[in-house]
Amino acid sequence: MDKEASSISKKVEEFLQVFKKGEEFTQELLKENEKLRYKVAQLEELTKFSGRDGDVKLHTLEERIKILEDENKSLLGRFRQVEEENKDFANRYVEVESENNNLANLYVASYQLHSTLDFNESLKIILEIVMNLIGAEEFSITMLDEKTNELSIVAQEGMGPEARASIKLGEGIIGKAAKSGEAYYREGDPTNLKGVDYTHPLVCIPLKIKEHVIGVIAIYKLLVQKQAFSNVDYELFSMLAGHAATAIFSSKLYSQSERKLTTIQSFLDLLKEK
Amino acid sequence: MPDYNFLVVEDSPTMRQLISFALKRIPGSRIVEANDGIDALKKLSAQKFDVILTDINMPIMDGLKLVSMVRNDPAHKTIPIIIITTEGAEEDRKRGLALGANAYIAKPIQTADLLTVVNEILGNKS
Repeated sequence: MDKEASSISKKVEEFLQVFKKGEEFTQELLKENEKLRYKVAQLEELTKFSGRDGDVKLHTLEERIKILEDENKSLLGRFRQVEEENKDFANRYVEVESENNNLANLYVASYQLHSTLDFNESLKIILEIVMNLIGAEEFSITMLDEKTNELSIVAQEGMGPEARASIKLGEGIIGKAAKSGEAYYREGDPTNLKGVDYTHPLVCIPLKIKEHVIGVIAIYKLLVQKQAFSNVDYELFSMLAGHAATAIFSSKLYSQSERKLTTIQSFLDLLKEK
Repeated sequence: MPDYNFLVVEDSPTMRQLISFALKRIPGSRIVEANDGIDALKKLSAQKFDVILTDINMPIMDGLKLVSMVRNDPAHKTIPIIIITTEGAEEDRKRGLALGANAYIAKPIQTADLLTVVNEILGNKS
């Protein structure tokens, strides 16, 4: 009986020890569980924090991209503006060059016209200007005789024998231009001509001192390389109308006064001798 | 900046002045004018020129004769020659270039065109 009681007591003792170990094991498991929970919470917090930071970075980058895009747009706009300005400058340069060329032509023409007081030389200079600066092949300079009211050719270039030496004031295109004092420009392409018609000039420029017509420059044919009249040609026509007239008139007066002076001088010399 | 000596051969004072006017726009340009071919040959023997610009229709000696004589003269045969003339037909151009002219410009001239040709001949970029 005692043996049996001692055996039961031993078993109880063993059971209690196993139970105690179980309790300790459970306690350890609970601790481990607590630790893991803490770690999970830490990780969750970390993940949360990382997401916010990424959002901030992304937002910053988006803003930077927007700024750069705006800058890019602004630079593109400025580039286009500069390009346009460049084009404008290039066009302006061409215009200025052309204007420069025109002014050089006008300056040289007027300088040469007033460089002499010799009548024949004045006519020669007008012929040179019309041929070299305007590009005419066949043309004439006619002067008005106020006594007969007739226009007579005093200088010409390239004209054939069929050209009339004189024209009545008011007769035909040249006579009408002389009478009215208005320049005449034939309509249409000046190069598209079958032949030269001396009664139908391409251009008639009355030579005027104020409103007084002293003659006419008539152009019948242009040089083969001259395709059309340009702006400077019209400027030259206008310049010739006034300056060529004064150059011819003053050189004519000078020649006459020179002749008269020589005659008077001869008389004076004769009187002195007597 | 190099100096350039130009010989302008023209019987027309108007054209001489106009061509000289244009050439003066080239920095370092010095211009000598001659009335005809004979006058040009005299001036060629007196000094060196970088370019000769000549008309064709001139009294005493015309431009084509001048081109031919310059090209046959060992002392001057390499000088570039530009013909500036009212003779604008294609056969005239061919004849002028065949004689040895480097360029052929028909009148009326445009300053910009003349300067382009002269600068090309001088090897200038401007």
